[in-house]
Amino acid sequence: MDEKSNSAANAEIYQKHKKVYPREVHGLFASLRNTGVFTLLGLYYLVPWFQWEGHQAVLFDLPARKFYIFSLTFWPQDFIYLAGLLIIAALALFFFTTLAGRLWCGYACPQTVWTEVFLWMERWFEGDRNKQIKLDKSPWAKNKFLRKIGKHTTWLIFSAWTGFTFVGYFTPIKELSILLVNFNLGPWETFWIIFYGFATYGNAGWMREQVCIYMCPYARFQSAMFDKDTLIISYDEKRGDPRGARNRSADPKNLGLGDCIDCTLCVQVCPTGIDIRDGLQYQCIGCAACIDVCDEVMEKMDYDKGLVRYTTEHAIEGVKTRLLRPRVMVYSLLLLVVASTLGYSMVMRMPLELDIIRDRNALYRETNEGLIENIYTLRIINMDRQDHVYRLTAAGIDNLKLLLKNRDIPIKSGEIVTIPIRLQVDPVELNKVGYNVVFDLIATDNDTLHVQETGRFIGPISR
Amino acid sequence: MSTALSWFVIIFTLANIIGCYVLIRLTSRRKEGEAAEGSVTGHTWDGDLQEYNNPLPMWWLWLFYITIVFGIFYLVIYPGLGNYKGAIGWTQLEEYQAEIQAADKNYGPIFAAYSQKSIPDLGKDHKAMQAGQRLFLTYCAACHGSDAGGATGFPNLRDSDWLYGGSPEAIKTSILNGRNGVMPPMGAALGNEGVEEVAAYVLSLSGRSSDSALAAKGKTRFETICAACHQADGTGNQALGAVNLTDNVWLHGRSVGAIKKTIVKGRTGIMPPHKEFLGEDKAHLLAAYIYSLSNP
Repeated sequence: MDEKSNSAANAEIYQKHKKVYPREVHGLFASLRNTGVFTLLGLYYLVPWFQWEGHQAVLFDLPARKFYIFSLTFWPQDFIYLAGLLIIAALALFFFTTLAGRLWCGYACPQTVWTEVFLWMERWFEGDRNKQIKLDKSPWAKNKFLRKIGKHTTWLIFSAWTGFTFVGYFTPIKELSILLVNFNLGPWETFWIIFYGFATYGNAGWMREQVCIYMCPYARFQSAMFDKDTLIISYDEKRGDPRGARNRSADPKNLGLGDCIDCTLCVQVCPTGIDIRDGLQYQCIGCAACIDVCDEVMEKMDYDKGLVRYTTEHAIEGVKTRLLRPRVMVYSLLLLVVASTLGYSMVMRMPLELDIIRDRNALYRETNEGLIENIYTLRIINMDRQDHVYRLTAAGIDNLKLLLKNRDIPIKSGEIVTIPIRLQVDPVELNKVGYNVVFDLIATDNDTLHVQETGRFIGPISR
Repeated sequence: MSTALSWFVIIFTLANIIGCYVLIRLTSRRKEGEAAEGSVTGHTWDGDLQEYNNPLPMWWLWLFYITIVFGIFYLVIYPGLGNYKGAIGWTQLEEYQAEIQAADKNYGPIFAAYSQKSIPDLGKDHKAMQAGQRLFLTYCAACHGSDAGGATGFPNLRDSDWLYGGSPEAIKTSILNGRNGVMPPMGAALGNEGVEEVAAYVLSLSGRSSDSALAAKGKTRFETICAACHQADGTGNQALGAVNLTDNVWLHGRSVGAIKKTIVKGRTGIMPPHKEFLGEDKAHLLAAYIYSLSNP
């Protein structure tokens, strides 16, 4: 050991990347992942093409600061919902990770999903694992050249389409495609299409498992949510060891061997290049490819399936596994509370905003008639899909007078209106320095569009 | 920046960059006694969580180098090293001016089109007045109030009382060139008694109650001293910005005390010029908005 570390001293601590060639795998979990790939990527590539009530069904219009999601239009004022959504996403990640490990990584993460598609394309041109290794070792000849060109071209086209689709969530995708066909894209659209296209090509084509191992923060902190009752992918060491090759007809017990025939297929299918038989490792993204391939081998050997399986540390140690643990219940309860709160507030959302900005240049003003006057600027946003006429009233002090040109305020859908208004009151009504006054705004044609905001009225004390 | 400080910044920055490179080189070699590559370091957490001494990928190292190259590239192009101006001569001021020019190119024609209309006509244009209101809220409301009703010392622009005239041209001139109004202090010239008398007379000019005997004495004093600016009848002089004292509008406060203070200590009113800042076209639109408030 000492000698080894001495000889290694003064060597580079960085190493060249060793390419991982994941072997193609079939089985239950591979089908689950494929379902994930088709559903998620299908949604990603198709959703921007749907129209809804005269606009793109899902459109994040950044310059106009409006997010359209089907019948809902979100304004910057609704950003709290995004916070709610992110909290739900985080809690869901905690919940599922505690329950069944890195489900997100194995079946749903964009890195996994896009890499899977890139692997398919790689196999179209270069064949499966063994052929790929052979091809990479072979000298540069016409065959290798053509296969590599074919692979990268397909990757690049797919990546460009990915980038185009991404930008299509922010610029209406139909207009974008017309611009693209006419070579008329703006500089920023071009930049982001190339940027996201390049990110897809780089991450799914070249970086792959290195994103999970070296870059992804989730990969690291998900392990912190594991306990001994969490479902993990594990090799059953008691059953498998000692490992060794044997004849199919031989009884392993007579040979003094476990069930593992040491075929190393579990290593060959692993997309992160680890050996699951070394135990739980942070590199494991929980894709279950090793389970699928090992089950196949066990079937061929006529052994029981599940030498590598979803299990818990407790189950492997022979202790009873408890699925309903306090942390699972806390996460699910929190998830339920946050999700229902968010759902309720979305349903009750008022598409009308009233902001009261009190003038700051003077606390109050005394008119020539001796009345005390306060000035406010009202900012009203009609976030509804229809135009409305709104009526403004104010209350809070006896005989309070609201002065504005026209009490009925017409506001178009999506319009922001700014109105300076004046409140006047006879000083005899004022018994203290400040009063809260309530501004009440209601649509004349729809009672449910109704907001109240409190402002402050300041005056002198009169006795 | 002084030359010494400039050199300090240059040397300090470059020394840091070189320091970063040296640090990367020093730490990229294995140390004596370190765990062998691929074996556990001996650190254990949570009872069974072990740490392997795994190497970092080479591209990780390259990211450090790329960052250094980017930093050097940036310092060559942009002004980051002391007094060095940068290879492309970029300045914040030029960027600001370019943005202003771009905005003027976009919005300038809108204001230019409005400026072709006369101020009274523009005041009837609903859309123009909405734009005018936004300009007013941005540039004028801080002193004159959001409703243009003014405040103590800042004239009300909604009424028909004008210090320098309420004609479209006068309003526009006030905005473009600003105004300097000075009421000189008269306490020394009038004496305590004189101030009381003139104040009583000034109150009576607006029809407010005051001691008529004092007011009668005050009238004589007013006609000799105050009338030079405020006219013999107290209606003021818009050429000088001398206020009309007969309309019961009190810019600096309506109480007797406030009026006496005005007489004793004088007042100064400054409206800053906006010609350079807003330009003719925006001032024209603002004048139309203000004109429309008292001429609906």
